[in-house]
Amino acid sequence: MNAPSDAPVLTAHRAGLAGCRGCGRVWPETETICSRCGGALVSPDRRCLNAVWAWLAAGFVFYIPANLFPMLKTSTFGGLRGNSEATILGGVVELMHYGNYGVAAIVFLASIVVPIGKFIAISWLALVAGRPATVRAAHKRLHLYEVVEFIGRWSMIDVFIVAILSALVQLGFVASIHPGPAAVSFALSVAFTMLSAQSFDPRLIWRGLPLRSRKDHE
Amino acid sequence: MQTEGEYDLTTGAGLIACPRCDALHVERELEPGETARCVRCNTLLASPRAGAFTRIIALSFTSLVLMVGAVFFPFLEISRMGFGNQSSLFGVALAFSHGALMPLTVAVLGMIVGLPVLRALLLVYTLLPLSRNRAPYAHAVPAFRLSEALRPWSMAEIFVIGTAIALVKVAGLANISLGPAFWAFCGLIVVNAASNAFTSATTIWDAIEDAGMATDGREIVPESRA
Repeated sequence: MNAPSDAPVLTAHRAGLAGCRGCGRVWPETETICSRCGGALVSPDRRCLNAVWAWLAAGFVFYIPANLFPMLKTSTFGGLRGNSEATILGGVVELMHYGNYGVAAIVFLASIVVPIGKFIAISWLALVAGRPATVRAAHKRLHLYEVVEFIGRWSMIDVFIVAILSALVQLGFVASIHPGPAAVSFALSVAFTMLSAQSFDPRLIWRGLPLRSRKDHE
Repeated sequence: MQTEGEYDLTTGAGLIACPRCDALHVERELEPGETARCVRCNTLLASPRAGAFTRIIALSFTSLVLMVGAVFFPFLEISRMGFGNQSSLFGVALAFSHGALMPLTVAVLGMIVGLPVLRALLLVYTLLPLSRNRAPYAHAVPAFRLSEALRPWSMAEIFVIGTAIALVKVAGLANISLGPAFWAFCGLIVVNAASNAFTSATTIWDAIEDAGMATDGREIVPESRA
């Protein structure tokens, strides 16, 4: 019984009940607050998608300046060897230039591939939410959602790297690193995308499933 | 009071809904070591572990002690050509303390120090009476709910990985020595990971309920205590 099966399943919503997303307790649909954990009881409908889109748009808006403005301002030998202002992409190129391919790959992954992948994944999940799906497609969507939810917070690593570098590399004349305005917009972008993923109700993924599979009718 | 295996489809008593896919399950008291998964999406529903509460409390205290060390000991030190600089954890957060970047200082401090400490305290507050089979303290319910809501925003482990990457980046530029705070922080991740492995939200909700929180009498009380 513990293995996931393809048989149609009675959900709380179909039974005219409301399931609590915090603690799992089931209440009559008229209740609005779970009496066990105090969490809000929300029926799995497409209304939550408004919040998803709004947070996602906010995250995307802040992602643009995060890429255009400098993330790090470096000055070496009191500016004699040059001051440089590196954007996210510029920093990756610079790291590759110095032969730090491993670190360059991590930074590229964390600050470009993951955020853009998240925007695409959340948009797709929100677009297809509630649409008819096969059981296999639903499992795939849930898996994607879990990946997005898990990986979202890890993008913040970039902000921490900037903070550590600017706190540490303060060698006066020799070299100093200061954070740029992109750090703030990047942090906000990550936070808003996390909120967007949190507002998405994964129960919507399963709403599109047919009430009975064809096998039952035969 | 509900007996095990009985359920009511009109009020939802004795049922559990999967938080991920809303599938209904008949509630059952699990033995320690058993794991309940959703029949449809395989999401973990509950996994009580023997002695989990005592362990979570112990691990929370450990993480508080380690956090004190991580905050007050030197974190990292670099030197090159006679110029040296050392930074504590506060120094790292204060890197953003110029002008428009100021709010980020607060956010970074919160994510790496404030929230992990707050979560450890909330868990101790919720679980301390439960581990001794006493009634939960007042406001244990909102305390535990807050602790669960803050979980994704407590980013100590991400910070440590970030430190490692930053160190690789600086390694070519200057000499680096790792302070005790760095190692305290590394220990903190291990302790937090262990604590998370023992935490099963559903089990804690059941325990708060069984321990005599004011409920509507729908809780299932294990036979040993009934």
